[in-house]
Amino acid sequence: MSKLLTRRKLIVASVATVASASGVGAAIHFAGRYGLIPPDHTGILGVGKTLTYASHRLLTSGQSLAREFKRSEVSKVHPVNGVPPDNETYRAWLANGFDGWRLTVDGLVARPMSFSLDELKGLPMESHITLHACEEGWSYIAEWIGVRLSHVLDLVGTRPEARYVVFTPFENSNNRVSRVLWSSIDMAEALHPQTQLAYGMNDEELPAGHGAPIRLRLARQLGYKNTKYLSRITLTDDMAKANDPARRGPWYGGI
Amino acid sequence: MNYEPARTSLNEATTAPRHSAVVRITHWLVVLGVGGLIFSGVGILISHPRLYWGETGAVGAPSLIDLPIPFIIGPSVWQRPIHFLFAWLLVFSGLTYVVAGLITQHFRRDLLPAKTEMTWKRIVSTISDHMRWKRIAADEAWTYNVVQQMAYLAVIFVLFPAIVWTGLAMSPALMSVFPWMVTVLGGHQSARTLHFVLSSLLVFFLIVHIAMVFLVGFTSRVQAMITGRVPQARSAR
Repeated sequence: MSKLLTRRKLIVASVATVASASGVGAAIHFAGRYGLIPPDHTGILGVGKTLTYASHRLLTSGQSLAREFKRSEVSKVHPVNGVPPDNETYRAWLANGFDGWRLTVDGLVARPMSFSLDELKGLPMESHITLHACEEGWSYIAEWIGVRLSHVLDLVGTRPEARYVVFTPFENSNNRVSRVLWSSIDMAEALHPQTQLAYGMNDEELPAGHGAPIRLRLARQLGYKNTKYLSRITLTDDMAKANDPARRGPWYGGI
Repeated sequence: MNYEPARTSLNEATTAPRHSAVVRITHWLVVLGVGGLIFSGVGILISHPRLYWGETGAVGAPSLIDLPIPFIIGPSVWQRPIHFLFAWLLVFSGLTYVVAGLITQHFRRDLLPAKTEMTWKRIVSTISDHMRWKRIAADEAWTYNVVQQMAYLAVIFVLFPAIVWTGLAMSPALMSVFPWMVTVLGGHQSARTLHFVLSSLLVFFLIVHIAMVFLVGFTSRVQAMITGRVPQARSAR
């Protein structure tokens, strides 16, 4: 009797092990195929980051819209983290209204282009009143005015193999972490209707502290993913180029 | 005191496991998960130890609670992925425990108070006995009293789900899919404040839980939760 039970237990255990191993294998295969693995998936913390990213991407696959607020709900205080670039060029640009500044869009696109601030302002304008939350815990509501990123990507012609969009700001020696705090997002976030290249905030020009002349505005991700002081946007299919190992926070900031 | 006889007789207790394997394994996984979540949660909190009500809140805006600790910016960035790793561990082990508990009738047999126990008199007398540090018989120390059962059920079915809910309600991406999850709480900052208050309640429960384990015999209780067996010499406690 006990022998039978042992054999039965053994069979059940082996079947369960094989089933769960193949289940995990199938899940990894499926996740890789449908773009559910984030660039920072390595290491033990990568397990949690991958589970979070994959579950969020499955749940938000319908391009769900972040909550929008009424004009009366705009916050009175809009705190700023970090300090604007301290170089001569940036100060001159601030003084002359960014005359001579250009935003380069290149990489996996049909027609690499660069835009002046006026050219970006000439594109269809959109404004969204959304919540901006910092990973430290504070938050505010503001109106963000700018052009939809997907509109700019349409102009340059995104190639179908593009998987990530990399945002590079000017060099900023004021940054404690790195001189260039660059960031990247996946195509789902890049093509989202609320993802903006913002040049205005609350009916004003984007202030220097908030990333003038242009900052990336992601309504569905935390503040640290909203790269300020943009100078270049590059499309890539290379996961390694989308990952910044110097960053200690998670690559996916929808958390 | 007119206590009812212990549900598990002495002889039974030494042969049948006190805690089933799934309870033992998930208990220690939850310990690991909650430990990691408290550690990293404190790391995230100290970068902004102010709490607000409503959607927004920041330095310069009115706060609800100002915790008397300095702002320490930095750890929150790298502790956030640690928080989420342990959150996944907690969710998986917690769900395993609940599903297994329903299938094996663990909740009904061990944690659902008997109808005769569910009286105010019983509840008040149990609390007052504990408040007066009244020693309980060895037999009764191995059964769950009505207050203990209600506390466990509240933590499992109310506190943990509410902590997970308020945590998810802070995610800007998830709230684009389930906006009602944050609006019913009063907003993003309300969710953060509730997450803190509920987690503090859990910490309070853990302090009482661990203190009780010490009072009734730390080694024997921990041994029972690891091996499932109750030590033979326990009555000589």
